[in-house]
Amino acid sequence: MIEVKGLVKTYGNKRAVDGVSFKVNPGDILGFLGPNGAGKSTTMKMITGFIRPDAGTATVAGIDVTQDPVAVKAKIGYLPESAPAYGEMTVIEFLRFIAEVRGFRAKAAREERVERAIARTHLEPVRRQTIETLSKGYKQRVGFAQALLHEPPCLVLDEPTDGLDPNQKNEVRALIKTMAQDRAIILSTHILEEVDAICTRIILISQGKVVVDETPDQFRARKPGARLDEIFRSLTKGDN
Amino acid sequence: MSSQIAPVFKREFLGYFRSPVAYVFLIVFLVASVGLAFFIGGFFKANQASLESFFVFHPWLYLFLIPAAAMRLWAEEKRGGTIELLFTLPLTTLHAVLAKFLAAWLFLVIGLLLTLPMAFTVSWLGDPDVGVIVAGYLGSALLAGACLAVCTLISALTKNQVIAFVLGVIALLILLFLGWSVFNQLLSGFLPVAAVDFIANLGVIPHFEAISKGIIDAKDLAYFGSVIALSLALNVAVLER
Repeated sequence: MIEVKGLVKTYGNKRAVDGVSFKVNPGDILGFLGPNGAGKSTTMKMITGFIRPDAGTATVAGIDVTQDPVAVKAKIGYLPESAPAYGEMTVIEFLRFIAEVRGFRAKAAREERVERAIARTHLEPVRRQTIETLSKGYKQRVGFAQALLHEPPCLVLDEPTDGLDPNQKNEVRALIKTMAQDRAIILSTHILEEVDAICTRIILISQGKVVVDETPDQFRARKPGARLDEIFRSLTKGDN
Repeated sequence: MSSQIAPVFKREFLGYFRSPVAYVFLIVFLVASVGLAFFIGGFFKANQASLESFFVFHPWLYLFLIPAAAMRLWAEEKRGGTIELLFTLPLTTLHAVLAKFLAAWLFLVIGLLLTLPMAFTVSWLGDPDVGVIVAGYLGSALLAGACLAVCTLISALTKNQVIAFVLGVIALLILLFLGWSVFNQLLSGFLPVAAVDFIANLGVIPHFEAISKGIIDAKDLAYFGSVIALSLALNVAVLER
């Protein structure tokens, strides 16, 4: 579903992404791990068509993102880091706008989608509140609602549980798990237990390169009995 | 395909009316445009059934008001991170640029139309040439569009709204000066007439004056159209960098 081959992105003389390749199939929940600055977000931004790669390809459902970005964007639900949204709009106004851009112009279809997204992300209490007045947890959920509103075949989530309290984290993880059926999901995270809890595969990126591409069990097997963050550290020790 | 412009246009346009800043802007525009006409332009004293002393100030009014209106258009999206949301939605950069530009232009045109009571009063009190008044509004709307297109482009160059404002004023100042009679007189002191003419026609004032006198010539319409088209094209290019 998502296929990335030799992606490269250079900023000045630093190679933020240095030949990253991997595949994500429907049903996979791919956990993107790595130290800050490793290239996780940059890779995601290239897959979602926000940044143009300097080399390499990213294809979603067979469509190359540089050839037909609009078609690729229609197939992806993306939650960027820090869940940006138009703060002066209310939750429901914002979701209606997203629904319209996503093609749900008829009022009935639009309302149905918006209501379903609100229900799934438990945004009912704040539906008429302006987004800039929401707490971090609610803002994050608005970002999530906007990503899954059109039921896309692919979800790209940049730190989806960032800033949520433990209960909310659990809810979001449960939601991701239910959405994984027939979908390809990529999520980036710093929280190693999250990887354990929901991911079917792990990719560890360090200094722009893929260091590890395996299942959580295989990852744990690298150092049997060790904690996940110890294994993580041993693989990324050379980083800043 | 143009259907993707509609939701963004709607959001942008309605967004203006959600904010008190927009209303302040409209009030400032109305007070300044009418004030300038009466107190500096001698509108009342001139005793003419024409809006000439009203329209003549518009370029100078737009010099400060349009950079103020346009400064947030792209700079705010970049600063707030919503640009990443906008450009991962299924629409092209051109759709987004057109939607924002058209929404802002419509807002400015509404501001302009709110001065219609001036025109109605003049029509009631005297016998003006209606065609010339209509041409005046058309010229001012086109002038606003051209200034807006330039300032929107500048907003796309920076995250900082204040920089966008200052650069916008400078850009419009250049466009105004090129065709300003005082500046042209200065140039004709040491340049041949043909060169001065060419330079003057790069500026907005000659084209605006022609239209607002009622002379609707293709070359003046083409001037405004080109400024708008070129600015929007550069705007797309800058955002896709």
